[in-house]
Amino acid sequence: MAEKKFETAMSELEEIVHALESGDLPLDEALKAFEKGMKLVRFCSGKLEEAEKKVTMLVRQEDGKVDQVPFEIQKEEVE
Amino acid sequence: MNLAQGNTRVYTVTELTRKISGLLEERFPFVWIEGEISNFRSPISGHYYMVLKDENAQIRAVMFRQKARSLKFVPEDGMKVVAQGRIGVYAPRGEYQVILDYLEPMGVGALALAFEQVKRKLAAQGIFDEAVKKPLPFLPQRIAVITSPTGAAIRDFLKILGRRFANMEVVVVPVRVQGEAAPAEMIKALETVNSQITADVIILTRGGGSLEDLWAFNQEALALAIRRSHIPVISAVGHEIDVTISDLAADFRAPTPSAAAEMLVTEKEILSKRLIDMRQRMGNRVTALLKKRAENLERTAGRLRDPRKRLADSWMRLDDLYGKIIRVGESFVREGRRALDGEKRALYSHSPLRLISLMRQEKDFTGQALVRAGGAYLQGRKTALSMLGKQLTDLSPLSILRRGYSITRTLPGRNVIRQASSVGGGDPVEVLLGEGRLECRVEKTSEQAGILVDFERMPDSE
Repeated sequence: MAEKKFETAMSELEEIVHALESGDLPLDEALKAFEKGMKLVRFCSGKLEEAEKKVTMLVRQEDGKVDQVPFEIQKEEVE
Repeated sequence: MNLAQGNTRVYTVTELTRKISGLLEERFPFVWIEGEISNFRSPISGHYYMVLKDENAQIRAVMFRQKARSLKFVPEDGMKVVAQGRIGVYAPRGEYQVILDYLEPMGVGALALAFEQVKRKLAAQGIFDEAVKKPLPFLPQRIAVITSPTGAAIRDFLKILGRRFANMEVVVVPVRVQGEAAPAEMIKALETVNSQITADVIILTRGGGSLEDLWAFNQEALALAIRRSHIPVISAVGHEIDVTISDLAADFRAPTPSAAAEMLVTEKEILSKRLIDMRQRMGNRVTALLKKRAENLERTAGRLRDPRKRLADSWMRLDDLYGKIIRVGESFVREGRRALDGEKRALYSHSPLRLISLMRQEKDFTGQALVRAGGAYLQGRKTALSMLGKQLTDLSPLSILRRGYSITRTLPGRNVIRQASSVGGGDPVEVLLGEGRLECRVEKTSEQAGILVDFERMPDSE
C-alpha cells in the first residue's frame, strides 16, 4: 500500500537524520547515509506531488455515460 | 306507522348522515386543534390515522397521503401537536373526524423534531457508529465533490485547495442541494461516483442556509446512501453550527466546505514540511561534517611537513657533522705539529753536540756511558716522535686505505668511481689498496650498497 511505503520511507528517513545528527558517523558512512536519505526524500516528495492538478465536472451524456469537462467557477448565484 | 304517515320527516341513515356531514363540514371547514396523538397508524395506503385527545375528550383524525408526505416528521403516540384541518364525516362508519392538512409538534419545530426522529432511527440501525466509518484516504489524489456547481461551497473549497497544497484532481459532480429533487440527485451522484469514477474521497457539501435549505441533507435515504458508499465520504454542510444527518452518517464531518478542503491538504502539508525539514537537517549536518573534516585535514596537513624538507635538513645536519669532523681532524694535526715542534726544540736544546762539548769538558765521563745515555734518550724521543707521526699519518688518505678501505678507479681513465652506475658489467677497473693495487673487471653492478655510498655522496650535496 502506498501509505505503508511512504510511512516506511519517512521513518527510515527519520532514522537517517537522527543517526546523522546524533552519531559521530565516519565521513564515508555519513555520506552514504546522506545519499540514501536524499533518495528517500525524492521518493516521498514524488508521492506528495504525484497527483495532477486539475478540476473537472462530471456531465451525464445522452447515452447515460458520464464524461468529464473542464470546470470553471461560475458567477455567484443564490443557492 | 303513524309517524310515517304524518308530516314528520323521516330520514334514511344516508340522508341523515349526509345532513350531519353537510352541517359539520360547513360549520368547521378550517379549524385549528391541539391535543395529544394516540393510536397512530400508517397502513400501506400511506395515510396517517390517529386519535387526538385531551383529558376529557377524543376525536379521530386522518391525514391523507399527499399531505402526510409533505410532513417532515412522523407523528407518534404521545406527541403533543397543533393541527389544522376540517371536520369530515366518514359515512360508512358514521364517524366524524378531523381531516388534517397540517400538523406540527408543540414546543419544538417540526423540522427539529423530524431531525431527531431520523437521527434516532438511524442511530438505532448503527448508521452513525464509529466502527462502521472508513478512515480518510492517505494522500488523496482524486476528489469527487458532490455539490451545486454554482454554489458558494465549491468556490470556497477550490479556493482553499488552490491556495494551499493544490496538486489534487477535483471532479465536481453537479447536483441540486436543496428542494424536493435534491436528495435523489445526491444519492444518484454518490452511486455514480462509486460505480463510474475512481475517486479517493467524496465531499458532499453545500454552503450555509436555513434549516429548510439544508433539509435535503437530513434525509434518511441520503444517510443510507452515504453509508453504502465504499469511497470515504466527508460531509460538509452549512456553517459550523449546522449539523445534519448527512454529517452524522458520513465517515467524517467538516464544519464548512473550506474546512473540508483543509482536512485534505493539512496532512499533505504536514508531511511535506516534515520532509523539507528533514532534508534541511540532513544537508546541514553533512555540510557541517564535511566542514569539520576539511578543517581537521587542514590541521593535520599543517603538522605533516614536507619530507623533502626533512631530507634537506638531514643533509644539512650531515654537512654540519662532516665539517665538525674535519675541524677536529685539523686541530688534531695542528696539536700534533705543535707538540712535535716542542719536542724538536727540546731535542735541539739537548743536542748531543752540546753534550759532547760538555763531555769533553768532563773528561772522566766515560764515552760508553755517554753513548748509552744518549742512545736511550734518543730512543725514547724517537718512539714518541714515531707515535706522533703515526697519529698524523692515520689521518691521511693513505692510512684510510691501510685501514682496509679501497679506492676504485676506471680504466684507463683513472677516474674515481663513486657510483655503481658509472660503470657497466665487463668494464676494467683498478682498485687501490693500502698496499698495492688490483686490476679487475666488473662482474655486475648494483645500486644497492652499504651506508658508505651515502657517505661518499655527502660532499657532493653542497
